[in-house]
Amino acid sequence: MRYLPKSPAEREEMIAAIGAKSIDDLFSSIPETYRLKKPLNLPGPLSETEVIQYFQERAAENSTGYTSFLGAGVYNHLRSVVTDVVLQRGEFLTSYTPYQAEISQGTLQAIFEFQTLMCQLTGQEVANASMWDGSTATTEAVLMAERLTGKGRVLVARSVHPEYREVLRTYAKNSGLHIEEIGFTPDGTLDTRALQNALKQDVCAVVVQSPNFFGAIETLAPLADAAHASGALLVVAITEAVSLGVVSPPVEADIVAMEAQSFGLAPSYGGPYAGVIASREKFVRQMPGRLTGQTTDSAGHRGFVLTLATREQHIRREKATSNICTNQALCALAATVHLTLLGKEGLREMAQHNLSKAHYTLAELEKIPGVKRTFKAPFFNEFTVEFPRSVKIVNAYLLKEKFVGPFVLGSAYPDLTKHALVCVTETTSRAEIDRFVAAVKRALEQPL
Amino acid sequence: MNEHIKKATRHTNQNEGLIFEKSSPGKRAFDLPPLDVPSTDPEKSLGTHHRREGVEGFPEVSEIEVLRHFTRLSTWNFAIDLGMYPLGSCTMKYNPRVNEYVARLAGIATEHPLQPQELSQGCLKIMRLLEKCILEITGMDVVTLQPAAGAQGELTGLLLIRAHHEKHGNPRKKVLIPDSAHGTNPATAVIAGYDVENIKSNAEGQVDLAKLREQVTEDVAALMLTNPSTLGIFEQQIPEIAEILHAKGALLYMDGANMNALTGITRPGDLGVDVMHLNLHKTFSTPHGGGGPGAGPVAMKKILEPYLPTPVLVEREGGRLALDFQRKESIGRVKAFSGNFGVLVRALAYILAYGPGVRQATEDAVLNANYIRKNLEGVYDLPYTRPSMHEVVFSDAAQKRHGVSTMDIAKRLIDYGFHPYTTAFPLIVPGALMIEPTESESKEECDLFIDAMKSIAREAQTTPDVVKTAPHTTRVRRLDEVGAARKPILRWKPAKRSEAAD
Repeated sequence: MRYLPKSPAEREEMIAAIGAKSIDDLFSSIPETYRLKKPLNLPGPLSETEVIQYFQERAAENSTGYTSFLGAGVYNHLRSVVTDVVLQRGEFLTSYTPYQAEISQGTLQAIFEFQTLMCQLTGQEVANASMWDGSTATTEAVLMAERLTGKGRVLVARSVHPEYREVLRTYAKNSGLHIEEIGFTPDGTLDTRALQNALKQDVCAVVVQSPNFFGAIETLAPLADAAHASGALLVVAITEAVSLGVVSPPVEADIVAMEAQSFGLAPSYGGPYAGVIASREKFVRQMPGRLTGQTTDSAGHRGFVLTLATREQHIRREKATSNICTNQALCALAATVHLTLLGKEGLREMAQHNLSKAHYTLAELEKIPGVKRTFKAPFFNEFTVEFPRSVKIVNAYLLKEKFVGPFVLGSAYPDLTKHALVCVTETTSRAEIDRFVAAVKRALEQPL
Repeated sequence: MNEHIKKATRHTNQNEGLIFEKSSPGKRAFDLPPLDVPSTDPEKSLGTHHRREGVEGFPEVSEIEVLRHFTRLSTWNFAIDLGMYPLGSCTMKYNPRVNEYVARLAGIATEHPLQPQELSQGCLKIMRLLEKCILEITGMDVVTLQPAAGAQGELTGLLLIRAHHEKHGNPRKKVLIPDSAHGTNPATAVIAGYDVENIKSNAEGQVDLAKLREQVTEDVAALMLTNPSTLGIFEQQIPEIAEILHAKGALLYMDGANMNALTGITRPGDLGVDVMHLNLHKTFSTPHGGGGPGAGPVAMKKILEPYLPTPVLVEREGGRLALDFQRKESIGRVKAFSGNFGVLVRALAYILAYGPGVRQATEDAVLNANYIRKNLEGVYDLPYTRPSMHEVVFSDAAQKRHGVSTMDIAKRLIDYGFHPYTTAFPLIVPGALMIEPTESESKEECDLFIDAMKSIAREAQTTPDVVKTAPHTTRVRRLDEVGAARKPILRWKPAKRSEAAD
């Protein structure tokens, strides 16, 4: 087998050196009755060429050739080839968690740069070395708020990503958290009156997303004031991180939970991505996950180490701030390289392109009779429109014209079945947008 | 004069600063195509309040600088691609490059998790085939691929167990965890709402059955067992342990972190295990990437199927695959979308490359561990003498007499060109040296490692200071971890020019 570096003679030599008769002797501690008598029934072995062929065949059964207007928490953005060149360097790809700092300075410094970039983006003081994704980061942010406040009620905006709310509910079930949802106003943002009514002294966190699941940008200052007035913390989730290139950062938040997929990570059918938790310095000892800190070596040179590990499971065991161990380090590295390539100007421009393309698309869609913008709140690259017929029917038609249609809001919000969440990024050309709008028009003109 | 020379002679000593320190306004490393729609005025569309002018402090550098920066940083890392990485319990094996290639294919990397399922049959087939392979390897009935990593797999497993007990009227209170377990086990049990009760290993490093019988009551939801244990020893009494638990209605959870010792030899499902997770970034070769991503599929017996996290991959008529979101008794979602799909792709590519021959990988991994054990026995203290599987755990008892600890020996290994083994774990071995060579090491590399370990043992006697102050060949020396934690500096901030110079 090509991955195994031993010849049959070397194996025999090693078995003899151990003093065993055969390789089976080394498995003598497994009772005979429990040892497999026949080979595993697995496909293969495949040569490299055959492995590639298998996956190419599967790839051909997917969506190649379709133009997508789907976002809803996963975004298609431009990625430089340089990012992948760095990522595929074996020194990054095939290294372990940087516990041995002297021979892990590359990973450690890159994480330190990642933490810095995340702070700069979110306007927060500290950021960790990554969480599994945006959904688990949001959940961990709520658990962190619970530890910080000692309270158990959580008020979550219904306009937070539906799958994020599902994950939060799964974790909350057994940790004494009580979750209530707060609705939205006709402009698509959080219903502040409903929030005020629900806020009592027993609330640990108010959780909103901005831009929210409908694409609407929330005004955070009054939400933070309301939360703080009753001793709760404001948790802000961000699913579309490119928005931070043109939208003001959530400085009012106490904890930011972000999905960094938009920064150089392929959609890859759901992962791996990179979650981020950023917060205030005074809360750092209740943060989950790994943190890299700057220090000096015995010769006085600057260096980096994993730090504040007494929060973590390998030291604190059942008293740890979280059970997370393996995180998404390589994905965080991808985001670091990607953002370094974009730089200050590139990120601003990318954000500006998204803003412009989405606003152009909305304006074109609104020219179709019966198509209306659902919510009036400002938006970035996603917006909600109402069609005069069910979005499922429209999407079924769009599929025939080689478009992956917008997200069907009715699947998560039964009150919004005729509403579609449209996403347009810098990757979609004007020609594609125009073809899409024409196709939507035809879809709505089809006889029922 | 010397202080003006910023460039050192050896590349690993290059004074590569932080990227922020290289930034200069107006430089850029990425161009977008021209905007082909009218530009929207952010001031008007977002309003003054929501508008941001740009990210303060963001780097401004050129493409060559970016590439050099990260390439130089990479040279400060050790990696499997450079040599043996004998970290116990981490299974740092070769990460086949074809796996990286296929995960990046158009039609694989490009797919949106919420796109119509009729346009996702390729992705779903990949997941289905991986599920089937995992079931064959583990001897289980059902599997979920959703958990993002081992720790999330553990949580998923415990939530399934909890749902099972709730269905039978009582979620129960406690989870039993051996004192040799990885820290994620107790941390996870707490999140699942359970109290942790430790069980002590006996002198041979095995579960004490008599004590276990006393500890297993109707309050116990499950036992979380790592097998082989973190001592690298196979728990022989696992069928009896399962019987003791089952007699009281409790379930057996197996932490599959060490599955690299069992694949193709024996199957947890045949040993009485009810539910287990696998770490695809260990046994199934997906790259560890400096700390992740991983994936932690959870395989289980039929009794836990009703509680699977949603969505569940199902086969419809005509062999069409679909995601089923309507599961009344589900524990819910543990992660958004369909798990770390890109990691699943790599794991399947690994399994396909071996096929049934994956047994040879297991045999070679166990052979390497025992070869190293045989050659270092007597040089280092072996506190538990039962047969080793894929890893061997020594202690620093002999070297401690000269004031040399496991951490010192580990750091000295770096000078010999190896990554350190796992230090100070498992907790039941004071001063542990936990060595897992994996199947990816040749006899030659194992011999070099043995030589290095013997040489360090000699140094511990004759020149202990050389060991205690190691490493001597790295870019940085031992780092001040205490200082880092006392006054945490967790991000770069603009400094005065004199402070910025390193």
